[in-house]
Amino acid sequence: MTNQSERFAALADPTRREIFEKLAKKPMAVGEIAEGLPVTRPAVSQHLKILKEAGLVTMRTEGTRNVYSIDFRAIASMRSYLDRFWQKALTAFKDAVEKENGS
Amino acid sequence: MSSVRREVIVEAAADRAFRVFTEKMDTWWPPEHHIGKLPMKNIVLDRRNNGDWYEVGTDGSRCDWGRVLIWDPPRRVVLTWQLTAEWQYDKAFITEVEINFTPLAEGRTRVALEHRNLERYGAKEADIIKSVGSEGGWTLTLQRFAAAASLRNAHTDPAAKRSSPAT
Repeated sequence: MTNQSERFAALADPTRREIFEKLAKKPMAVGEIAEGLPVTRPAVSQHLKILKEAGLVTMRTEGTRNVYSIDFRAIASMRSYLDRFWQKALTAFKDAVEKENGS
Repeated sequence: MSSVRREVIVEAAADRAFRVFTEKMDTWWPPEHHIGKLPMKNIVLDRRNNGDWYEVGTDGSRCDWGRVLIWDPPRRVVLTWQLTAEWQYDKAFITEVEINFTPLAEGRTRVALEHRNLERYGAKEADIIKSVGSEGGWTLTLQRFAAAASLRNAHTDPAAKRSSPAT
């Protein structure tokens, strides 16, 4: 489990912030991320490794390319929470409507 | 686009189902799911376009949840759900909940709910991190972090001081 402090620390570096902001727009491979940045590709890969360890980005392999994107686990947990919530709410709603029948 | 979909079939006409859903929310809403400090007294949905949606605590205090985006009785209602992942109301943060009431045979009704725009929870988190990273608050946050984590050199990290190359 990654905590917020680790995230802040990972984003203390301006190059890593720039990389993160690029990925917030869309998923990209290392080459595309490196374009326009004043650092070498191996340096970009190193920054990506740190961002990944901090739980800020995720990586998937597409053919020969590694594609990076923002880590959206926050959505996944929120989504499953709301899914359970609405299931519970609608079940209670059904009971309430049917109890009202004939009243 | 990320969303949650749930539906339930109730043994009641659509009009009644719609009315219980929108006028008597506090008879079925899971009471532990609320944002105020005190327990909820009731839930208010101002039943018109742009009407407010909020909870009222046992002390009479009000906590906003969202508002009515589309009021189309007795078949459809669309609400905004403006609670962040930290369970705070945020005027600028909007997800939508649409509920459709479809009459079925034998006086039953299908109630289908969709809670959408959930990808905004991720975008919001990215925004928070970005704004902390790009504004004056950054240094302070980092100092706090350094203090908390005893990371002595966090604010003098040479990488953070690197000047931009000449363009």
